[in-house]
Amino acid sequence: MLSTRDIQFQIGKKTILKGISIDFLPGEFAMILGPNGSGKSSFLKIFSGQTDVYNGSVQYDNTPLKNISKEKLAKFRAVMSQQPELNFPLSVGEVVMMGRYPHFDFTPTKNDHHICNEVMNQMNLHGFKDRNYITLSGGEKQRVQYARVLAQIWESPANGCRYLFLDEPLNNLDINYQQQFLQLAKIFKSHNTVLIAVMHDINLALQHADKLIFLKDGELVVAGPPAEVVNEQLIEHVFGVKSTIIENPLTRQPLLIFE
Amino acid sequence: MVCAIAFGTVKIMPGDMWNSLVHYFRGEGSANIYEGVFIEIRLPRVLLCALTGAVLSVSGVLMQGLFRNPIVEPGLVGTSSGAAFGAAIVFVIAEKFPPEVKSMMGPFLMPVMAFLGGLTATFLVYSLARNSGRASVMSILLVGIAVNAVCLSGIGFMSYIARDPQARSITFFSLGYLSGASWLQVKILLAVAAIMFTITLSYSKQLNALLLGEEEAAYLGVDTNKLKRRILILNTAMVAVATAFVGVISFVGLIVPHVLRLLIGSDNKKLLPAAILMGGALLTLADLAARLVLAPAELPIGVVTSLVGAPVFIFLLKQFNILQQKGGGNA
Repeated sequence: MLSTRDIQFQIGKKTILKGISIDFLPGEFAMILGPNGSGKSSFLKIFSGQTDVYNGSVQYDNTPLKNISKEKLAKFRAVMSQQPELNFPLSVGEVVMMGRYPHFDFTPTKNDHHICNEVMNQMNLHGFKDRNYITLSGGEKQRVQYARVLAQIWESPANGCRYLFLDEPLNNLDINYQQQFLQLAKIFKSHNTVLIAVMHDINLALQHADKLIFLKDGELVVAGPPAEVVNEQLIEHVFGVKSTIIENPLTRQPLLIFE
Repeated sequence: MVCAIAFGTVKIMPGDMWNSLVHYFRGEGSANIYEGVFIEIRLPRVLLCALTGAVLSVSGVLMQGLFRNPIVEPGLVGTSSGAAFGAAIVFVIAEKFPPEVKSMMGPFLMPVMAFLGGLTATFLVYSLARNSGRASVMSILLVGIAVNAVCLSGIGFMSYIARDPQARSITFFSLGYLSGASWLQVKILLAVAAIMFTITLSYSKQLNALLLGEEEAAYLGVDTNKLKRRILILNTAMVAVATAFVGVISFVGLIVPHVLRLLIGSDNKKLLPAAILMGGALLTLADLAARLVLAPAELPIGVVTSLVGAPVFIFLLKQFNILQQKGGGNA
């Protein structure tokens, strides 16, 4: 379980987060929504351990984040950030193997190779292993980065949970890959994984999240299951946009449409 | 396959060099001084040259990785021009020392001053380029140009106030200066290089992770601030010591890593050892050219590396631009 308590964060004089407390449980897909500048990405950077300068506490399975070394954290917590930049010629296989770096000292083990192959198969990247990363398309690059991030926590740790954090994970992906990736994320979820994504697309979030967290101006507006928390008033309050909820004729799930 | 060919070429080249060197001197030198020349002058020179090439190439790999930019060279952050400035000061000032002091500090004063000069210049560049804790590539490049210019004008000033022999030493130093090679220098540089290469190779995983960006590297468990500091220290130590002994040799640290990246990719586990071999071989070759072109006189090696290196650099720059545009279009 990941718990955040009263997280406050400032950049210069500007207050980005004004005291956020949420618990994230393994086995639920939590998605964080909010307008630009609401503090979503800052919040993710804090509970993922990227930033140390904040007030409040973050706990992984009841251990304070500040007591966990970066090396150790990297063995069970992986993060997909928005657009990793890589300008150097590396093969796809080498990039994916980076995900295993926290697990071996100098030479990858058989198991590390095995995991990389398996992840690449799952992400439809077989045959890409020897391709040069910088020659790939944007969407292909993103799939390689996913493979790297998933390889990092492919195996469940002996005790405790895995943690997978995604910052706007679906940006460059075609619809079929979006669906495929969300399915893969759900498989992770069902194996003792705390799964949190910062999302832009409210409808995808409505469709796939177990728990939605709405932030606005650095404050928590509401958190809960989509069916309970989402309504037209909330969307207008958070995003300032008028909307109406209809039933998706294909899935029978709620679907937001906007003016 | 490509990797094997690169390693093969690099491993073979020093052997060929060696033979041609021996034959060259068999033809020219008379039989009784041949051995003395070979052992006391030629051998340390070739070894020092190979070590310098290796050191500069590894530094190039490190700096390109640190700045995540394949067109950075070790000298760009001021290390080599700072070292040259330090050495220039010694050339001029040491003249004023009493002979006893000079002979006592003689072999150590210039390398130590060059080392400190390189360290100071690099530190200056890095601290001036930092803006709220982060030093962007662009600001480091710009500040590097400024600090390099200051060092060059310092060297110019020193040459101006120097008497003729010292001024000539300064000129030689700024263009690479291998004819002063001694066994002591070889031993020191070998020790420094051995230590630094071992440390560098042990970081190859972290260096790879850094290519993804600082945030990603941190998510993979790398302490990026510590790693960045260590890369700068390693680079400065290697470049400053090498420069202290042989002067400023440009372009090797840029070209060798870049060519190797094209040949075998950017995995530092392969790239670093390949850079050691190819850097050593290439600079030895350049030194051979420098000695043969105007034989029996010789060109400063820096003239050869710049003359060959600059066109190659422009060619690579063009290629890199194409890659950049491609990347930009996709992102």
